[in-house]
Amino acid sequence: MHTRAQDTAGPVGLERARRLFETSPHGRLIGLELVDRTASEIITRIPYRGELVGNPETGHLHGGVITTLIDQSCGAAVLMHTCAEEERVVTLDLRVDHLRPAEPGRDVYARCACYRLAGEVAFARAVAYEDDPEEPFATSMSAFMRLRGGGGGG
Amino acid sequence: MAELLEQVRAAREAGDYQRLTELVPYARLIGMRLEPGGPQGGLAIRMPYREELIGRPGSGALHGGLLGAFLEHAAIMQILWRAESCCLPRIVNFHVDYLRRAGEAETHATVDIRRQGRRVANVHASAWQSDPDRPVAAARGHFLLTPPEGPPR
Repeated sequence: MHTRAQDTAGPVGLERARRLFETSPHGRLIGLELVDRTASEIITRIPYRGELVGNPETGHLHGGVITTLIDQSCGAAVLMHTCAEEERVVTLDLRVDHLRPAEPGRDVYARCACYRLAGEVAFARAVAYEDDPEEPFATSMSAFMRLRGGGGGG
Repeated sequence: MAELLEQVRAAREAGDYQRLTELVPYARLIGMRLEPGGPQGGLAIRMPYREELIGRPGSGALHGGLLGAFLEHAAIMQILWRAESCCLPRIVNFHVDYLRRAGEAETHATVDIRRQGRRVANVHASAWQSDPDRPVAAARGHFLLTPPEGPPR
């Protein structure tokens, strides 16, 4: 009776995930883009630019940029598995471990999966990297509430 | 690093607090304001509302990742402001709990430096809009206080 999230991605959810990246006001401010998605994973990117820097002396991106990348991308990974147009997902909690700083001047990517979709809650994990998802600079675990019937949330 | 810390010190001495906001490009992008007058001699930290901070169109709610980012930067700046840290605090991890919907309003941060050792600081922070006792998000995190080429932890 355990629903694996991978089993349930459908065309409605895939379209909703795509639309989130095109329309999110804050995602657009940061430059967050959808790169690729499969039935079980989503890959997203933030192109490097000076406005996103947290340490002006080293050029390292701000940690908060990585949090934003992961939050929206994991939310989209959960959305992919929703079937109803009116269902919303909102972040319940999100943890990011910064294994090392992202390399200055490089675009950053996130690979995210919703690995468990329960009735009320969904769980997601993510890695963030420059080239190789096997060599991430950050890892993350998060949980999302599912809201049916058009509840609010960002 | 020394230059950034020097600028924080200069901002404090000159009372030129706008300079604190201008120091970090990302903080400027999201419109953070850092001013004196916070609790216990700390910084008062806020982020005025604007539409570009919304997560999903039509939701009227701030982006969750942004709220985490706001709290992370609030924590970094409060450490810098309070302590004669030798360098810019480096984030190790950050865990954000989302408690309530953050609507179309100015958001404030309250930062509690729970422990500041020589090498690492433990910080709790909460974000609120109209009432500090009804936070919209609460976070805790660890920051390294040593320079990148410093001694192993």
